[in-house]
Amino acid sequence: MTTEDIKHDLTDELLLAYSAGNLPEAFSLVVATHISLCDECRARLVSFDTVGGAMLESCESIEMSADALDATMSRIMSGAPQAAARKSGGLFPTPLQDYVGGDLDAVKWRPVGMGVKQAILPTSADASVRLLYIPAGCAVPDHGHRGMELTLVLQGAFVDETDRFGPGDIEIANEDMQHTPVADIGADCICLAATDAPLKFRGLVPRLAQPFLKI
Amino acid sequence: MRSNGQPRADDWVNHVIRIRDTQDQVAFAELFRHFAPRVKAFLMRSGADPSLAEECAQEVMATLWHKAHMFDPTRATVATWVFTIARNRKIDALRKQKRPEPEDLPWGPEAEPDQEDILSLQEETRALGQALAELPEKQRELIERAYFGDLSHSEIAAETGLPLGTIKSRIRLALDRLRHTMK
Ligand SMILES: [Zn+2]
Ligand SMILES: [Zn+2]
Repeated sequence: MTTEDIKHDLTDELLLAYSAGNLPEAFSLVVATHISLCDECRARLVSFDTVGGAMLESCESIEMSADALDATMSRIMSGAPQAAARKSGGLFPTPLQDYVGGDLDAVKWRPVGMGVKQAILPTSADASVRLLYIPAGCAVPDHGHRGMELTLVLQGAFVDETDRFGPGDIEIANEDMQHTPVADIGADCICLAATDAPLKFRGLVPRLAQPFLKI
Repeated sequence: MRSNGQPRADDWVNHVIRIRDTQDQVAFAELFRHFAPRVKAFLMRSGADPSLAEECAQEVMATLWHKAHMFDPTRATVATWVFTIARNRKIDALRKQKRPEPEDLPWGPEAEPDQEDILSLQEETRALGQALAELPEKQRELIERAYFGDLSHSEIAAETGLPLGTIKSRIRLALDRLRHTMK
């Protein structure tokens, strides 16, 4: 996928919150994965980081303890592993691979019904994030949202009431949105989706299954 | 360094390069004196008690030493870079969460950076700092809270007083510059 094909980007509010470090871990993972694929949002993130640097430069300072510099030098001399550049080369960008423990073939899928599979990734509890596998032509049941839902397409595409979302695209849904995402007929769709509140399913069967699926 | 005390922002770049190339402890001490107290204040404003903030500020400065070879002065000023290290330490130490970071870009900082790119970045950053300083008190306070305080992501989304427009018109420049360096 190339960055020019991406039509749906992150909002300024999300980029600012990510830059400031105020997003739940699950959302940060989706944001970091999108930025790995999207030069436009990466550039905008750099801009928000630059604002953070300017704030740090202009804010007050609080005196360090008298031996702070010496203590830091001994920290440095006791050594730390040299960090190297990270680049994945697989379907999943490195931040996502870090959570999966590998690329697509390392995902431990669990069926959620109607051919759809999911894999919940371990993050802090203030929001949750999962990989979704939607076979071509299949749908995620009609649902609304109690909080924010970020959905990033990694492979294939899905269509809902609002638009079509292809590789690299991100959909941002909130309380006032009800939708039924359907995977494009061309290929199976793989998405990374984060929510900070349980979804509201309209149908009875998905509602009954909800506690077991942790959606 | 200029005689009136503070190095200019582009001198901080040279400090990092001296650390990277010759493990220059004098350059590090000067960087430390400037940035460590600011990082400490930033962490205390984010909710750390003085001893935790002190320890984390030392760790942030040690990270700066160890990662000096990854610093790219055409993409970030030293202040921006220190901010991102301090922010990650804050998430780790205060919020007890991991910080997913984007994949690194395919080109590295190995090639000798273009002096003109470095200078124009410093210049734009200075202009941004100036624009932030000139914001009405209430707006500046909101930005400070968003970065250093307790404004959550949903509050940021709901906060119509945030001068994102002002920031955006300033950072348009940063955006254009990054596009230029990516060609
Ligand atoms: Zn984008
Ligand atoms: Zn949804």
